[in-house]
Amino acid sequence: MLRFAVRRILLMVPVLFGLSVLLFAWLRALPGDPARALLGEKATPASIAQVNATYGFDQPLLQQYLTYTGRLLHGDFGSSPRTGEPVLGTFLDRFPATVELAVAAMIFAITVGIPVGYFAAKRAGGLLDTIAVSGSLLGVVVPVFVLAYLLKIVFAIGLPGQVFGFSLADLAFLPSSGRQDPRIDATHVTNFYVLDGLLTREWDAAWDALIHLILPAIALGSIPLAIIVRMTRASVIDVLNEDYVRTAAAKGLAPSLITRRHVLRNAMLPVVTVIGLQTGALLSGAVLTESVFAFNGIGSYLFDAISGLDFAVLQGFILFIALVYALVNLVVDLLYGVIDPRLRTK
Amino acid sequence: MTALDPAQSARPASLSALMGDGMSDEQGTSLWRGAFERLSRNPAAIIGTLIVLAFVLVAIFAPLLAPYEPAKSQWIDQVTPSDVPGPSPGHPLGLDPFGSDLLTQLIYGARQSLIIGVVSTAIGLLGGALLGGVAGAFGGRVDTFVMRLVDIMLSIPSLLLAVSVAAVMGPRPGAIMIAIAAAQVPVFARLLRGSMLAQRGQDYVLASFSLGLRRRTVVMSHVVPNSLGPVIVQATLTLATAIIEVAALSYLGLGASDPAIAEWGRMLVKAQDRLQTDPQLMLLPGLCIAVTALGFTLFGEALREALDPKSRR
Amino acid sequence: MGFNRSFRRGLAVLAAVALTGTMAACAQSERTPEGSSSEAAGGDFVFSASSDPVSFDPALASDGETFRIARQIFEGLVSAKPGTTELDPLLATKWEPSADGKSYTFTLREGVKFSDGSDFNGEAVCANFERWYNWTGVNQSENVSYYYNNLFKGFKSGKTGGIYDSCAAGSATEATVTLKSPWAGFVQAMTLPAFSMQSPTALKQYDADNTTGSETDPRFSSYATEHPTGTGPFVLDKWERGQQVTLKRNENYWGEKAKVATAIVKTISDPKARTQALQSGEIDGYDLVGPADQKPLKDAGFQIQNRPAFNILYLGMNQKNKALQDVRVRQAISYAIDKAAVVKNSLPEGSVAAKEFMPSSVEGYNDKVTDYSYNLDKAKQLLKDANQENLTLRFAYPTGVSRPYMPSPEDTFTVIKSQLEKAGIKVQPVAAKWSPDYLDMVQSPGGTDKRDIHLLGWTGDYNDPDNFIGVFFGQKSNEWGFENKKLFADLKAARELPSREQQTPMYQKLNAEIADYAPGVPLAHPAPSLAFAPGVQGYVASPVQDEVWNNVTVTR
Repeated sequence: MLRFAVRRILLMVPVLFGLSVLLFAWLRALPGDPARALLGEKATPASIAQVNATYGFDQPLLQQYLTYTGRLLHGDFGSSPRTGEPVLGTFLDRFPATVELAVAAMIFAITVGIPVGYFAAKRAGGLLDTIAVSGSLLGVVVPVFVLAYLLKIVFAIGLPGQVFGFSLADLAFLPSSGRQDPRIDATHVTNFYVLDGLLTREWDAAWDALIHLILPAIALGSIPLAIIVRMTRASVIDVLNEDYVRTAAAKGLAPSLITRRHVLRNAMLPVVTVIGLQTGALLSGAVLTESVFAFNGIGSYLFDAISGLDFAVLQGFILFIALVYALVNLVVDLLYGVIDPRLRTK
Repeated sequence: MTALDPAQSARPASLSALMGDGMSDEQGTSLWRGAFERLSRNPAAIIGTLIVLAFVLVAIFAPLLAPYEPAKSQWIDQVTPSDVPGPSPGHPLGLDPFGSDLLTQLIYGARQSLIIGVVSTAIGLLGGALLGGVAGAFGGRVDTFVMRLVDIMLSIPSLLLAVSVAAVMGPRPGAIMIAIAAAQVPVFARLLRGSMLAQRGQDYVLASFSLGLRRRTVVMSHVVPNSLGPVIVQATLTLATAIIEVAALSYLGLGASDPAIAEWGRMLVKAQDRLQTDPQLMLLPGLCIAVTALGFTLFGEALREALDPKSRR
Repeated sequence: MGFNRSFRRGLAVLAAVALTGTMAACAQSERTPEGSSSEAAGGDFVFSASSDPVSFDPALASDGETFRIARQIFEGLVSAKPGTTELDPLLATKWEPSADGKSYTFTLREGVKFSDGSDFNGEAVCANFERWYNWTGVNQSENVSYYYNNLFKGFKSGKTGGIYDSCAAGSATEATVTLKSPWAGFVQAMTLPAFSMQSPTALKQYDADNTTGSETDPRFSSYATEHPTGTGPFVLDKWERGQQVTLKRNENYWGEKAKVATAIVKTISDPKARTQALQSGEIDGYDLVGPADQKPLKDAGFQIQNRPAFNILYLGMNQKNKALQDVRVRQAISYAIDKAAVVKNSLPEGSVAAKEFMPSSVEGYNDKVTDYSYNLDKAKQLLKDANQENLTLRFAYPTGVSRPYMPSPEDTFTVIKSQLEKAGIKVQPVAAKWSPDYLDMVQSPGGTDKRDIHLLGWTGDYNDPDNFIGVFFGQKSNEWGFENKKLFADLKAARELPSREQQTPMYQKLNAEIADYAPGVPLAHPAPSLAFAPGVQGYVASPVQDEVWNNVTVTR
């Protein structure tokens, strides 16, 4: 197991190196002039030339790449000409927001998705199944910003009118955006706001951070939710038809025992893979969700960096994301070994 | 330990799904005929097919169905920042924010969505099939190399990949389609390779090898056809994604050159400003997108179940 | 095996517990215990910004969000009178130009202290002027010190040839700034936040000018990110990057002390999310309200404040295109555009149609220039005369952007496109994302072959005619593509006149000259607007964003 993990981590080195070369070439192919992106509409030809010279944008590409790689090997990711901030620091400032959101979204998707998928499979073809499956599709077929707006209007802003004597405006008890109420004077140690609140025992801050997570987590979690429901359902149906399950039933084992020991355990294997892959995908930054909910993580920042042709940030961030993504995949594979008994015997 | 080889572990989880209700024994029918028969008995499949059919018909016959010409902004003088005229006898659904007839725009939008969906899926499929097919067929180092490349592509957020492709392409008609396709390539590659690998381990393939058949023959006549099912299914599902992805790209300020163009994603994004004053502007194109995407998804899912050989039990 | 596995699992759990324990031990709440804080009066004001500030040192910035915060922390020698572009005394109570227009003597307000306790006096003023003049390296780069570069033109070393000469502190309450050549707009320029007065003690203590980590790797000093020190009504409390900036009331402020105890600037980049945050009560106000949002907000009881427009939205023409080199074609396009309809159908309430390339409040505005009022017949006739009845123009507009002078470019584009089509001009749309493609297409040499006409505009920095037409037409540019030697020379001459009295008639003449030449079509002066919660009082919108929050109160 350990040897395997080490081998995989070593394998990441050439992948990341390849990525850095590809990224460098690709980013330079983007249209536009980084100096102009920095200066905006007030740019003049002279000022553009000056800025290009200051930041070395006018040097030959190979030269630029060598400078970049040289610094990278010293662990220096450079800093953004737009903000004057080191790339690594900015990433560490913002990544907790993305992790927090991704984890919340996955918790939502898993806690709703697995039970729904399981019960849909038990009654496959029935009404419940149809409702569960098409309901879970909602997140996939509605563009995420539309879903986000609808959630916000109902649960944060409030609709006018009444239903059965119940005022719809009362539903609007959640915040519409951000990670925490700006008026709360919270101490931030780790930049994971919920965790910070717990660690510093500022319970109101933790609670506030938690309720700020609800709507974005639902909007972001709706896609993995649909996938988890489908995967759980398919996988449970598969397993229910396996011979060993029939044998177990024929042996007269209690249904609950069969469910626990045979069906769930085996059916969860592919689901775990999907959960892992989806987590990796969410960690790479949900551009739209972060932007719509002003949940300022790495996704929205990356998008700004593309608009601003901020090469240092783009290069650094995408390398970090690739690293995180590869690590998550590794963890999924290791986890796979833990839960799949067949892979454990050796 | 061998089972944890990176090449193996990257496989997507079992794609097989199975209808739970008792299917009659259909031995002797071909894969596709059997699939068709199973489809015709699945209510979800019927709904999905009907939606897809209606969508395609509207897209093709848009000029006959629509009351006016699209994207002409003929009534722009009636639109102000605070007000878009609602339904009237001449315009059953009112105007859009650019002064065209909303109904006309919605009808022509189907056409635009169909073109974008089909073309981008085809490009994505082609690219993915090329990469994944090569990896799956050759295995070994080629496989490792290709899959590392796919990993790299997958590790870049797909929307950012699409945005940067669209940016490099500039504002030309095909840019959006290629941008959407680019994000689909690694998905298809991984899928095709995964299902080819899964096929390789199957008894019938081992049997063919042990019968002394050539590698090429086995790959082409057994592995590829049997791997194709999931790919077709994924393509159908991707069509749905593509239609939605257009909206996301429009949201980020990329898209067709003419803002008034009849395209659902664009209409949706444009209407967000007026969600509270004129909700129909957002809800109608949103509904069109959701229903169409739902149609393709239901159809694709049903196709997946129907094509699964295990469901023939 | 089984033992081994559970053993390892146990270890992992132990490690996790230990880690959490350590972190909890390190994590100290930084809150002041209840009761001991000075929150007896005030409450808070939460304003939403579209992005983080670049830093807190306005001298090294040119973006609106940095300036918005800088205006709360710092003050300049002079300011714009609330709600107007007229000059108002601030840290200087009086100023006197010398006869040759080269030196200015400022009489300074007495008893003003910086928030670090040091005195504001003549020496402090001169320290600031000397600081700017002595910048080196990255600090001379235009993206860092845009305003100093463009207004003072150069530094002591490196990029030399500036117009600053020297500064002398006559007494504690007097400073005389001497320039190498006359500059009529000098005092007006001092309203810019980039030239606000900063504490020399703090600048030195936190190494403010040490921007350079290395030549290609700019990093701002701890002064610019943590310790900005000015004389304004607020001081920096903390900056949570990507989230918010928290400002505290400056208890020792010399003027009207802030009514709110804290002012918070929260970053929300999505414009729609700002509107929704206001509606759900998370923020008290935001800038740049979308035209379509104004009515629903007003209907729901929110306040909308229009800024007096101090900007220009224009249709640019690229004379690289042969057809557009013919003045008749340019005039035809001017007549074909119904500016009133552009305002009515695509711009927010309070916007006005434009006649020339500057708003009427700028000195040198001329009410009697050639007026191309909407006339379709005349447009068609001119096109016929120019033999351009089959004209096709590539019309560029930006996407994914809302500028103060161009709140919804797509709408404006569509309105103008349909008007041009009515005059028989075929329009081929060219869309590009605002940043980076669009600006590149409009302003760089590579873009001149991609467009014939385009939408762009400008927001004035301060009341100066050169800040408008001098920027647009002062030299040959990629944007307009024409070479009008007389116009260039006249603009240069006007800029170099020593006093406003002499400049005004000259600029009036220039405006008429430009109108006849018709290099483009001035479309409108769109009114940018702010939205506030019903309980917000005392916010005065300024045409040049000179908005200080010391009089703002919030009742909830």
